[in-house]
Parts: sequence; C-alpha cells; structure tokens
Amino acid sequence: MSNGAALTLGPLRLVARWSLRTADHVGRFSFLIVDMLRGLAEWRIWVPRTLDQATAVGYGSLFIVLLVSAFAGAVTSLQTGYQFTGTLPLYYAGAVISESMILELGPVLTALILAGRIGARYAAELGTMRVTEQIDALESLGRSPVSHLLIPRVVAGLLVIPALTMFANATGIVVGYLTAKGSLGLTYGDFEYGARYFFRPLDLWYSAIKSGCFAAAVTTIPCYLGFNTQQGAEGVGRATTTAVVAASVAILMLDALTTKLLLVAK
Amino acid sequence: MIELLDVHKRFVENVVLDGVSLEVKDGETVALLGPSGVGKSVTLKMINGLLRPDAGDVIVDGLHVPQLGRKELATLRGKIGYVFQYGALFDSMSVAENIRLGITDETCYNDEKFCENRIQECLRLVNLAPDVAAKLPAELSGGMKKRVGIARAIAGQPKYLLYDEPTSGLDPVNADVIDGLVERLRDELGVTSVVVSHDVRGSFRVADRVALLWQAKIRAVGPPDEILASKDPAVLQFLERDLEMTLIQSESQEGREARGRNV
Ligand SMILES: Nc1ncnc2c1ncn2[C@@H]1O[C@H](COP(=O)(O)OP(=O)(O)O)[C@@H](O)[C@H]1O
Ligand SMILES: [Mg+2]
Repeated sequence: MSNGAALTLGPLRLVARWSLRTADHVGRFSFLIVDMLRGLAEWRIWVPRTLDQATAVGYGSLFIVLLVSAFAGAVTSLQTGYQFTGTLPLYYAGAVISESMILELGPVLTALILAGRIGARYAAELGTMRVTEQIDALESLGRSPVSHLLIPRVVAGLLVIPALTMFANATGIVVGYLTAKGSLGLTYGDFEYGARYFFRPLDLWYSAIKSGCFAAAVTTIPCYLGFNTQQGAEGVGRATTTAVVAASVAILMLDALTTKLLLVAK
Repeated sequence: MIELLDVHKRFVENVVLDGVSLEVKDGETVALLGPSGVGKSVTLKMINGLLRPDAGDVIVDGLHVPQLGRKELATLRGKIGYVFQYGALFDSMSVAENIRLGITDETCYNDEKFCENRIQECLRLVNLAPDVAAKLPAELSGGMKKRVGIARAIAGQPKYLLYDEPTSGLDPVNADVIDGLVERLRDELGVTSVVVSHDVRGSFRVADRVALLWQAKIRAVGPPDEILASKDPAVLQFLERDLEMTLIQSESQEGREARGRNV
C-alpha cells in the first residue's frame, strides 16, 4: 500500500506541476487579453502602428499564400477528377473545388502559413524586446507596451489574415477550375453550375469568421509567449518555436470547433 | 524623496534583497555600489515599479509604488528617468525617435518643433553629435548607445533619475562627461538621483552619499569620506578590489591616451 503510494507520487507530482503551469498560463493569458481590450481606448497610439504592421505582414505573406492556395486548388481538382471519373456528373467537381477551398483549405492553409510567418515573427520580436529590456524601457517612460506593441500586432493580424484568406479562396478556385478544364475537360459552364448549385452566400461569411478565429489564435498566442520570454537568447528561441507549434495546434482545434458549431449545427 | 523600507525580494530560491532600507532626499545623489549580481539593478527597478517587492514598501514622491494603479504608475514614471544598463534602445527606431519617446508630457510629445529642439539639446548634453539623431541603434557603438539611453531618460525633464551603471563600458573621457552631467543635473535642476555603479572613483565624485549593497543587505551608508574611512571588512574588501581594477584599467594604453587628452 505505502509502496504503491510512493510509486504514484512521481507521476502525480508531474501531473500536478503540469496542471499548475497550465493554469498559470491560462490565467496570465486571460489577463493579457483583458489588458488588450482595455488598451483599445488608446487608439491614437495603436492605429498608426497597426497600419505599419499590417503592411509589413500582409505584403510579406501574399506571395506564399497565393502559391500554396494555387497548389491546393490544383491538387483538389486532380483528386476530385480521379475519384469521380465515371461515377458522378462532372459539374460536381465545380462544387467540390469551390466549397473545399472556401470552407476548409483557404482558411486553414492561410492560417497555418501565417502561424509560421506571423507567429515566429511576433514571438521573436517581442521576446528580443523583453530580454533586451526594451519592454521595461517603454514602461519606464510611462508608456503602455500593450497599446504600443501588442494591440497593433493583434489587430494587424485580424485584418490581414481574413483578407489573405479571401485571396487564397479565389486563387484556389481559379487554379482548380483551370486544372479541371485541362485534365477532365470540364467546361466553364459546368464548373459554374456546380459551384453555384451548392454555394450559399453564408459560406463566404463562414470562411471569414473561421479565419478571424484563426487570426486571433495566430496573433495572441505568439504575442503572449514573446511578451513573457525569459532568459536571454535561448528563451527567445524557445518562445518562437513554442509559439509556432501552439498557434498551429490551436488552428486545428479551432478548425474542428468552428466546423462543428457553425456548419454542422445548422 | 525616494524611500525603500525593509524591502525583500527573492526569485524562487535566490534571495536577492533581504531587508533593504534606503532613503534618498530631494536634490540628493546617492551612489549604490556593490559587486556584480548583488541586486543593484533589482533595487533600482523597485523604485519605478518595474519589479514589485515581496515585502516592504517603496515610496517615491509621496506615493506607495507597489500599490499604485496603472494610470498613477504611468504618471509617476513620467517623472522618473531610468537609464538601463545596456541602453535598452528601441532598435526599430532612429535615435531621434528613441529620444522623442522619452518626452513624457503628451502635449510636448505632439509638438514637432519642440521635440526637434529637445532631441538636439539632449544629444548635446550627452556629448553626441547632432547627426547621430538620424542613425539606428544598431549603427552605434556600445558607449554611444549608452549615452543615447541617458539622453532618452532626461528628455522628459524628470524629477528623479535612476542610472544603472551609466559609465561602465565608456572610455574615461565620456565617463567624465556623464559624471559631469549627473552633477550638473543635480546642481542646476535639483534632480534627485540614484546612481548604480561599480566604478568607485566616479561614483565617489558625483555622490552626496554612498550606499554599499552587500550580501542582500545595505552594509554601509554615508558620505564618501566616511565610507572611505570605514573599518568594516566588507567595505574594505569591496573598495580594495575595485581600486585594484581601476589601477589596472588606467594603466592600459587607451586609458593613458584618453587621460592625456582630457588634461
Ligand atoms: N527577472 C529575474 N528573474 C530571476 N532572477 C533575476 C531576475 N532579475 C535578476 N535576477 C537575479 O537577481 C540577482 C541580482 O541581479 P541584478 O540586480 O541584475 O545584479 P546587479 O547588482 O549586477 O545589477 C541575480 O542573481 C540575478 O540572477
Ligand atoms: Mg545590474
């Protein structure tokens, strides 16, 4: 009996420590979000900086997002053709390509790319500013790091990611159609018929809302991790890798959640 | 007035401050000496609320710093200039923008003309050329960064100044310029300062009183001559080691040249 207790103490302690750390993260993360909401009042400070961030992040990511969504559209199209040949009417391909781009591939792929680009960038920038005492310096001047550094980065992501998602949707659909035309001989008329047959305007809203949720994860998690970096260059490295992994996992979980709540519930 | 009352601070197991009390009167300059890693920077960060004491109180300008809300703390920080040990310049901004952010009064901050003049004035005070304003921190040498850090801290015309090793890493000429600046700010503007240092000579020159932080406590406080005359073994040990280091440094080629220029 006492032996068994001693054996379980190790794992128990590990679980306890892990839970405490998670609770600590959740608590401090929530405080940071509240701080940011409160900091929105200082719009004179964050609005101009948001525009700078949005331009930097948006232009920098446009090419890779378009490239990836073009390939996603092409591959979806080829696979659809491969699976459908001879079993379903060809115009279904139009529906599959457009709906899978808008509902899933566009938002998720864009967010995952940006988790790497924005996530790493935000965590590394803020982490470096933390360990070189630039964040302390800002505070020592009576200025709020939340409205100078965090809000601009989060809002920039919230603007840019849904916008990039819409570009990704469009590119994927166009390239998907061109591929289907080349490989299946799908005519534009059939493609459009299929695409319209299943399309509801709500789908675009769904795409935007979904990518908005992803954007929130992709921006706030790296900001939180970078902002709370400790211990020099190694800490910055750890914050950066953790940020990318955590943001990507959050995207996948939010993907399942939004699909279940918004799409299946109806 | 700055008052630390029985301040305790620990990081996990590491007890850094164990009942530190220190008083800095208005218009006074106190040098806080101590070996590296003893907690001098931690003490300084308590004063403007960047760190919170585990126990004890910190009173600045009549306000209890650990209990202040964010608005009041921001207002108080506007009156306290803080010079960081490694400069802590905002590296995505030019020197001019760095110094401008130091102008804590919102009306002045938004006045372009005023800012331009103030930036040049601050650069002059720390012995930097006007064309440094357009540079980025990455283009500056360590000593120049430090001086820009000082320029940023004084830009808002603070009532209190906290210097974290302002002269370490500077050549003797510029160390003298900074020491001279500390004295001038006190004499002409009545700024109350705490100068953290391990440069004994420089701090004995600028300080009205000297405090030695030793093994998590204030070991000795008093006017420079009193400290120099002290028989406390810890004080002696600290002074001896530092004077040795100063001797070694001043015998180096660079030191001799710089002194030659200065005379
Ligand atoms: N944010 C922190 N987290 C953990 N330990 C810290 C932190 N800041 C300082 N310390 C520790 O406190 C001690 C004193 O540091 P510091 O005040 O920087 O020394 P110095 O007198 O050289 O300025 C050191 O042992 C340092 O490791
Ligand atoms: Mg220090």
